[in-house]
Amino acid sequence: MELVLMRAGVWFAAMVLAIMASALAVDWGFGVHMVICAAAAAIALIVTLRGGDFDAASRSVLRSPMPGRYDDEVIRWAVIATVFCGMAGFLAGLYIALEMAFPALNFGIEYIAFGRLRPLHTSAVIFAFGGNALIATSFYVVQRTCRARLAFPGLARFVFWGYQLFIVLAATGYLMGITQGKEYAEPEWYVDIWLTVVWVSYLAVFVFTILRRSEPHIYVANWFYLAFILTVAMLHLVNNAAIPVSWFGSRSISVAGGVQGALIEWWYGHNAVGFFLTAGFLGMMYYFVPKQAERPVYSYRLSIIHFWALIFLYIWAGPHHLHYTALPDWAQTLGMVFSLMLWMPSWGGMINGLMTLNGAWDKLRTDPILRMFVMSLAFYGMSTFEGPMMSIKSVNSLSHYSDWTIGHVHSGALGWNGMVTFGALYYLVPRLWNRTRMYSVRMINWHFWLATLGIVFYADSMWVAGLTEGLMWREYGADGYLVNSFAETVAAVHPMYVLRCFGGLLYLTGASIMTWNIGRTIAGHALRPEPAFGGIAFDPAKDVPLTPATAV
Amino acid sequence: MVHDHDQAGPDTGKTSRLDEATGTHTVGHEWDGIEELDTPLPRWWLILFYLCIVFAIVYVILYPALPGLRGATPGVLGWTSRGALAADIKTADAGHAAVRAAIAAMPVEDLVKNPVLQRAAIEGGRAAFKQNCVQCHGAGAAGSKGYPNLNDDDWLWGGDIGAIAQTLQHGIRYPGDDATRISQMPAFGHDGILTPAQVQDVVSHVRVISHQEAVSAASQRGAAIFAQNCAVCHGANGEGGRQVGAPRLNDAIWLYGGDRAALTETVTNARAGVMPAWQQRLDPVTIKMLAAYVHSLGGGETSPAAR
Repeated sequence: MELVLMRAGVWFAAMVLAIMASALAVDWGFGVHMVICAAAAAIALIVTLRGGDFDAASRSVLRSPMPGRYDDEVIRWAVIATVFCGMAGFLAGLYIALEMAFPALNFGIEYIAFGRLRPLHTSAVIFAFGGNALIATSFYVVQRTCRARLAFPGLARFVFWGYQLFIVLAATGYLMGITQGKEYAEPEWYVDIWLTVVWVSYLAVFVFTILRRSEPHIYVANWFYLAFILTVAMLHLVNNAAIPVSWFGSRSISVAGGVQGALIEWWYGHNAVGFFLTAGFLGMMYYFVPKQAERPVYSYRLSIIHFWALIFLYIWAGPHHLHYTALPDWAQTLGMVFSLMLWMPSWGGMINGLMTLNGAWDKLRTDPILRMFVMSLAFYGMSTFEGPMMSIKSVNSLSHYSDWTIGHVHSGALGWNGMVTFGALYYLVPRLWNRTRMYSVRMINWHFWLATLGIVFYADSMWVAGLTEGLMWREYGADGYLVNSFAETVAAVHPMYVLRCFGGLLYLTGASIMTWNIGRTIAGHALRPEPAFGGIAFDPAKDVPLTPATAV
Repeated sequence: MVHDHDQAGPDTGKTSRLDEATGTHTVGHEWDGIEELDTPLPRWWLILFYLCIVFAIVYVILYPALPGLRGATPGVLGWTSRGALAADIKTADAGHAAVRAAIAAMPVEDLVKNPVLQRAAIEGGRAAFKQNCVQCHGAGAAGSKGYPNLNDDDWLWGGDIGAIAQTLQHGIRYPGDDATRISQMPAFGHDGILTPAQVQDVVSHVRVISHQEAVSAASQRGAAIFAQNCAVCHGANGEGGRQVGAPRLNDAIWLYGGDRAALTETVTNARAGVMPAWQQRLDPVTIKMLAAYVHSLGGGETSPAAR
């Protein structure tokens, strides 16, 4: 009881501090954020005072039907948050794509202007959708492959809810115009500090769960998850080093400025791709692909070599974002050659994933979830070939600042990150809610084709747009003068912008079908009557930790 | 710590088995039912990886790469991005040197007498226009509200090549250039020179002479006001006056709009568009080229000297 009172005291103090900060706020955005923080602290206070028995409120949907197994409650929350944030992020993406094609859709309203919705979209899909998917799957995978329950269950719950508060503060901040102007690191100093607290807690839960393992060795998926968590912590701390203008305001000055600031920003930005969207999601791939294919991982040696090569090489590749800028030539050279050397280590993950299907390729005919994983790996392979190619300076002089870059990141994000997450969600939901299978397997198939077609439209239209822009920008006439004005290149790619919207609409439609399907599965509806599709057997009796469950 | 157990040790309690589908042995580990095969690294993968590394090493030797305390290794090729840019600019400049020298030596009015040079100037002007002028005048020079269309023969300050060059050099109402073209229409309504009713009357008159409305009592009252207040700049019949940049009013071309609301706003508060004095930013030859280009768009007039 003392512990409960002590925790309640901490939350009460946090609430009082947040209320004071909101009263002293020098700008209204900071004031709004502190009110949100105070509300979050108040909720935490109430929950704590009720003895932590918030199961009561969520027993029907979130509570494990079979207690005494792996600690899956927080994973269920994170799965729901993943689906919600995915839908929000895809919708925002579609809307800003429409704004690009039809600028009138800005309506002159600052809160929905492209400049504010764009970071909302990128953060929603990368950090909210991707981040929640990583939290859900890492907690799921680390328990199964360590045969142990989560260490610090209370802290694991704090990680989830703390991360949601970070998402709310980031998203509302963007809409109110609060940004430190660093791409993919837009949230201001106080949100960064909060994320640091959450992230260190995440690291603690993950590392101590590994330390409690009942298996002699650490599975490859966990190496990747751990690399992701550790490196993101380092990137986040260095890139967000800033001095607040006021302790009660939402503005700060970055410690590094000029070209040094740019280099640190892209060291961060590229490794957000490398460690958040690649290493973390490779962790996901290394568990769910062999499970869904019911096959051994193709090569243990390849997993070791490509893991260490990837981890060592990725961290140096950032300067390729700053080709042909004020960045010194030597740094551009190193950024380019490290990106090139990264090609094979990246492909190691694709090979290990795809070749795991050796002996099970026939399952692709009948199992749409496995199909999603394979498509995801195919897009991973394409993007990780395209990336090194675009880092070559002579290619980059054509692709830089063009929509080719946008096409590249979306073939990676929609194809690799999106597809592997969808596959993992379809794997997880029936197991987490103890259903025999998803409500509808045919809907998974529909989702697969809509998403694939959507990516094809998106990536192809942006490739064409990017090449058009790159070639028009550098087009010289017979007299040796540039031929096109910038506005003419914008007009030229307008049809491609419209096609992109169509691709995004298809992708969003697929995700909507998934949301419906997952919703019906969670709600426990009778399975949709449909002809038998493939799938794999699941024995809940075997899905148990070897270590006896410790008291929560 | 994770890669020091290539073969199944006694601690695993599991042993390697032959996987029938692939004919490969497993390593002997197992996690939640997941096993791993003992497949060697794919040879093509390893070779490509080594080739990439070799390429990287060669590239690092050839180009600026390794930082030290006193700057980076320069690379055996001696290449720098600044040097490459300077060389590109030098090549481009060399290609234009003869034409630019000839244009520099020639008064802008004489360009029309030399068709070869005139064509070269127009091409150079086209490129400069797309970089500097399209933001206001549009990619096709068709203008927009407040920014004149340059394709027609309706000129505010003069349409011969010398007048165009003068406008380009010194701008219009541009602070900091003593020779800038300057004039100021009075804010007739705002400053109380005309009552709101009189403003409406004069607007009616302007809409009559621009053939948008039929003659009415209001327009007849407006005609008298126009003669007293407006004709001195815009001309008795609204034909405009180039000495003060007063637009022609008896045609269908409008800078700010010819509907009643736009005209009321113009007469009430006046307008005063600004164009930069480009001689502060562009060299004299480029300005001559721009003048030749704008002159060529369709409405260029013959120079008074040549007339």
